[in-house]
Amino acid sequence: MNTLTGRIYLQLADTWAITRRNLLRYIRLPQLVFFSSIQPIIFLTLFNFVFGGALGNAGAALHGKYINYLLPGIIVQVTLFGGLQTGIGLARDINSGILDRFRSLPMSRSAVLAGRTVADTLRNVVVIAIMLGYGYLLGFRFSNGIGNAVGMIAILLLFGFAFSWFSAFIGLSVKDEETAQLAGFVMVFPLTFASAAFVPPASMARWLQHFANNQPVTFAANAARDLALGLPSNGAIWKTLLSTIIILVIFVPLSVYYYRRRA
Amino acid sequence: MSADFAFETKGLTKHYGNIFALNGVSIKADRGKIFGLLGPNGAGKTTLIRILATLLEPDKGSAKVLGVNVVDLPGEVRNNIGLAGQFAAVDEYLTGEENLYMTSRLYHLGAKEAKTRTKEILEKLHLTDAAKRTVRTYSGGMRRRLDVGACLVGRPKVLFLDEPTTGLDPRTRIDLWNIIRELVQDGTSILLTTQYLEEADELADTIAVLDRGKIIAEGTSKQLKARLGGDVIEFEILKDSDQDRAQKAIATIAKKPPSYDEASKIFTVPVGGEGSKSLVEIVRALDKAGVAPHALSLHQPSLDDVFLSLTGSKASDVAEASKATRRGDKS
Repeated sequence: MNTLTGRIYLQLADTWAITRRNLLRYIRLPQLVFFSSIQPIIFLTLFNFVFGGALGNAGAALHGKYINYLLPGIIVQVTLFGGLQTGIGLARDINSGILDRFRSLPMSRSAVLAGRTVADTLRNVVVIAIMLGYGYLLGFRFSNGIGNAVGMIAILLLFGFAFSWFSAFIGLSVKDEETAQLAGFVMVFPLTFASAAFVPPASMARWLQHFANNQPVTFAANAARDLALGLPSNGAIWKTLLSTIIILVIFVPLSVYYYRRRA
Repeated sequence: MSADFAFETKGLTKHYGNIFALNGVSIKADRGKIFGLLGPNGAGKTTLIRILATLLEPDKGSAKVLGVNVVDLPGEVRNNIGLAGQFAAVDEYLTGEENLYMTSRLYHLGAKEAKTRTKEILEKLHLTDAAKRTVRTYSGGMRRRLDVGACLVGRPKVLFLDEPTTGLDPRTRIDLWNIIRELVQDGTSILLTTQYLEEADELADTIAVLDRGKIIAEGTSKQLKARLGGDVIEFEILKDSDQDRAQKAIATIAKKPPSYDEASKIFTVPVGGEGSKSLVEIVRALDKAGVAPHALSLHQPSLDDVFLSLTGSKASDVAEASKATRRGDKS
């Protein structure tokens, strides 16, 4: 199997075997998916009813109802939390010794990471579906056509997938579950709060606005609103895709390198 | 490939900071045999296995598996090896069957072949009844068997077993010994690390003793024991007045001068390689001399004895001293 197609086939087969393993884990541990949906559901509820009143009348920027503004932002946060599982899971695999087993097998070097990130992306599909369902109950409505609605889900899954690779890098470098979890939280909270995910950055301190207006979570949240609601986003869709590509170009090779060297 | 050895290393060196996990290790292992690597915790056993299994690159020296250099052609090496590490590297939330099937697929067996192979391995390791249960419900011994099974699916020519029986109860350990013996009969070459001389003695054709990253002795179990003076028989006498008669009676049986401890009234008699035969002789001789021995026992040299004799320090002390090495190993 030295031909290129043969190699690609084996790469895909290996990735699928690992994806399957991780999905089976999620099926055996439905609590995990349950609780990882509970958290954003609580966030969505609290934000909607705590900030919603204050922000609800803020005008056209919020497109009438705050829930319409909030839900795409919360879903960005959800996909990031989903991505964090990649690093946490890999750190756990290092300590359980199963990563050594994989590294001693004649399998593709990147498949263990790819299988993990793909599984976590598929898990994000489930969590996003739950969030959309709950959002609809709270009054969220897509208003830009079904094609763009699907586009929103796709671009957020892609963004989450890229973040999974970043998270893989964290997990492989800290090599400890709890540290990976902490490191992830420490990054996800500022990235999502200092962004357009929950409130428009216009109300933030000036120095923070600079950051908030120019970081990937804002791009992703605005791109999602653009696609879901038809809100003009000043090119956020392209900026999101570009951020995704940059993250992947940096962290796929870096993570594979770390995995190869010594997990 | 006309490689003479299952695996060989030359001047293999690996250090973490100032601490040498391996310091110039050169070993050669014949094909189709069990090579036992004996040493306490932190001696460098796991580091050596990790290098041979392509998980870790050495700082200096070379390592080959079936004649293939592990650093130059790791992919080719991985086609021929199986690794069972110190921790049972199986997924807790998958069933035994799913674990083996996954590993089979990762060895690139076709779907059908992977299924057949999974079934074969489950039977071989007596896990068929537990096949559909998640590994979480397995006992320690079952997990270890499954772990060994997982490294067999690819029909590896060389198997690395890192302390496969550590932490197992005696019965499970003997089960695993039998499995290992069967594997060798099928022609597999095995590197087995262990902290127990008894285990190396039982299984290995050649034993190398590793101490703080260096091989300090190598040979068959018989040769090593000969270097140690072999087995030792101990017995206690009831009366001090029996001492002289006992001493005379055993004089010709002892391979080295026996020692007597006055406080405990215990004789210690080195008897060389044939412990049981000497035991009978000693009983007869003492009986003839009219001495009734108390608490008669035969001891085989332990790892502690090996270390005591080879390095002058106890194995347990070495383990203490090299904890730092292991910490380095993890970072």
